[in-house]
Amino acid sequence: MNARRSASGGSTASTTYREALRDGLREALRTDDRVFLMGEDVGRYGGCFGVSLGLLEEFGPDRIRDTPLSESAFVGAGIGAALGGLRPVVEIMTVNFSLLALDQILNNAATLLHMSGGQLSVPIVIRMTTGAGRQLAAQHSHSLEGWYAHIPGIRVLTPATMDDARHMLAAALDDPDPVVMFEHGSLYNEEGVLDGTVDSVDLDSAAVRRLGTDVSVITYGGSLPKALAAAETLAADGIGAEVVDLRSLRPLDDATVLASVARTHRAVIVDEAWRSGSISAEVAARIAERSFYELDAPVQRVCSQEVPIPYARQLEEAALPQPASIVAAVRQAVA
Amino acid sequence: MNREEALETIRAVIEEAVPGADLSAVPSDENFRERLEMDSLDFLAFVEALSGRTGLALPEQDYPALATLDGCADYVAGHTGGAQSEPA
Amino acid sequence: MPSLGADMDEGTLVEWLTTVGAEVARGEVVAVVETAKSTIEVECFESGTVTELLVEPGTTVPVGTPLAVISPTAPVRPPPARGPVPAGDATATPLVRHQAAEEGVELAALHGSGRGGRITRSDVSRAAHPAPSRHPAPSRVHASPLARRLAESLGVDLSAVRGSGRHGAVKADDVRAAAGSRTGPDQAATVKEASVAAGARRAPKAAASDTGTSAAAAAAASASASTSTSDRAAIARLMSRAKREIPHYYLSTTIDLAAALEWMRRQNSTRPVGERLVPAALLLKAVASAAREVPELNGHWTDGRFVAAAGVRLGTAVSVRGGGLVAPALADADRMPLTDVMATLKDLVSRARHGRLRASETADPTLTVTNLGDQGVESVFGVIYPPQVAMVGLGRVTERPVAVAGMIALHPTVTATLSADHRASDGATGARFLTTLDRLLQHPEDL
Repeated sequence: MNARRSASGGSTASTTYREALRDGLREALRTDDRVFLMGEDVGRYGGCFGVSLGLLEEFGPDRIRDTPLSESAFVGAGIGAALGGLRPVVEIMTVNFSLLALDQILNNAATLLHMSGGQLSVPIVIRMTTGAGRQLAAQHSHSLEGWYAHIPGIRVLTPATMDDARHMLAAALDDPDPVVMFEHGSLYNEEGVLDGTVDSVDLDSAAVRRLGTDVSVITYGGSLPKALAAAETLAADGIGAEVVDLRSLRPLDDATVLASVARTHRAVIVDEAWRSGSISAEVAARIAERSFYELDAPVQRVCSQEVPIPYARQLEEAALPQPASIVAAVRQAVA
Repeated sequence: MNREEALETIRAVIEEAVPGADLSAVPSDENFRERLEMDSLDFLAFVEALSGRTGLALPEQDYPALATLDGCADYVAGHTGGAQSEPA
Repeated sequence: MPSLGADMDEGTLVEWLTTVGAEVARGEVVAVVETAKSTIEVECFESGTVTELLVEPGTTVPVGTPLAVISPTAPVRPPPARGPVPAGDATATPLVRHQAAEEGVELAALHGSGRGGRITRSDVSRAAHPAPSRHPAPSRVHASPLARRLAESLGVDLSAVRGSGRHGAVKADDVRAAAGSRTGPDQAATVKEASVAAGARRAPKAAASDTGTSAAAAAAASASASTSTSDRAAIARLMSRAKREIPHYYLSTTIDLAAALEWMRRQNSTRPVGERLVPAALLLKAVASAAREVPELNGHWTDGRFVAAAGVRLGTAVSVRGGGLVAPALADADRMPLTDVMATLKDLVSRARHGRLRASETADPTLTVTNLGDQGVESVFGVIYPPQVAMVGLGRVTERPVAVAGMIALHPTVTATLSADHRASDGATGARFLTTLDRLLQHPEDL
């Protein structure tokens, strides 16, 4: 289980992914004085994608801080604040720009606990937008979360549902280590219902979002809705697709993935990143390493075309995994 | 056509209309259409073939007389000038 | 192997009606295939010359397997433009001569494939190292890891299992099936005989029932038993899917046939026996016309929405003697004169039972009619064939008391039912269909 239910029970409420994230931020700011948010345009502008809209008015400029356009500087400042005992939430506009702060994340945040002999924790949460699908072209559209998942010493989260958007931040702030959260840009406007009985989630487990007997479709983040749509189409043809949401790319909950594959004997991995050297490759490798004798078909992968994500709508759509390409891969797997 | 010839013709026609039909298991006074599970199209095929072999028109109102092998034999023999085994 | 129905996974090639080298035209019947349900003539998709037949008669292959290679008919080749090459005088470059000497190949015995009949290096290589046959026996069985594990634990010899996966790979289900069907050491031969017998089965009904004493009858019986298992499996899959996915609603009405049957009787009294009508023809024609008038029930549920069909292709369930059911499609019955509907119906039913249907005649009906009338039931509520959205059921024509001008009279009647997909239509639409059917049957002369 990845969700803890409140004893009192609760109601369900309709919301959007963006609002759920904002409610998570608001709760963190209210319940812990040490928490503050900083990043480019998070204050007066309300966040590049509108996640922090209204928080400046509610919590004031000390806790909602606009920063200069220097990812290296403000992520570094966040790491310093975390070392000093605060609980910073740092927003970076997109994963492409996070590369300017990669030195801070990889060489400082991820290593200090190890290099200080366990003396220095870095309890920072770094949030950023990832992924394509909104015609923002090749400098704002890539899916590099798999690169971050390569780094020991940090957690990498990919909330894809309303409940995860709402509750992952609290768990991330509770964690003593650096946490990097990837919010897929196509999800912000997604509408859904919050499970009012859930008041916290864990950061360690994958979740089965749909049960099925014929094939495991393993995905995360912005590809989850596409995988679920594909599963719906396949169900009409009598093919039961089980959809597994990885939720966390590091640590990777391979137990849930392998248990699903043990039930269905077929695996299709959907990952918006490029195929070569991606998290999909890691998942496929673990299935081959640990579930080889469960496989009744070769593992299939649905990934983005290995090109910089195009600007033109049709080309962008053609470059990304789509429900139809997922359906086609599943048909190959079950053929 | 006498009654024996008529009966022989009728058997041949049924076997043609219903391939694999086992007429030996059908008593001659029983409704062969039901026994052989012939539907309306099968029966029409039978009537068509019988009409072709005998030259008789076999109008629809006479279908009831064609329900059994005996009935068919009497009808065909009677209408082609052959002897009947018993008075109509 | 074409898909000859939404639920078809594989088919058995029964017979080739063409040969290598024959010229075929698009639409020409080139093969006979037996599916779980029936024997069907396969029409050619392309025009050209048959250059290779890939599947032996008697072989069962999955849908999508290439059956034959058709090459576009080659244009007449112009004579070589270069200067004449003396016949029998093999020309070759010094390099090729050197290679031939090294590999011990006699140049004069070679046919040059190069320009002007020149012998090339690859001609020499081919002669020195003859290529293996085009379809070498697989040296290693392709089987999934799970299939291998299962085969080991169930004691199944993988090389004896026919793989149903892509490229003939053996899958777990193939191993389970092999383990389940294993009855003796001679299993492979038994299966082959059964499928050949099934392929030859053409004379149905009664042969298997009643007095199945002869060897031939016994063989037919066993073949039909094995066929009916896969037949059942196909029907089970399709019907489960229908009931799982389609929210059916059901309507029923009893239609007075006095006018229709009286009109038919008068017609038949003036028609030669070969052109006489049966009630089924009237009913089917009326259903087709009603489907044209209520297009919301005539089409398919595809990708989450209803797509109305351009014309009416009436699936007509025909019971096959000896068991089984085929539903050839009666195309455009709504626009055909009744006499033609009758002739088409006779032809379709006769070929469905005695001979063969064509692939195009079994393709996607837009609405299906089921008629258990000859079995004497009053009404039948059918299960819709996905992706169609409705099924019309016709009961037995029977006399019932009806009110006529304030009096009770005995009239021939039929109970017509409609099973319809509630995703695609509502009850009011279904009711409009049955009312239309009733109205059409009250005016048979207009049919």
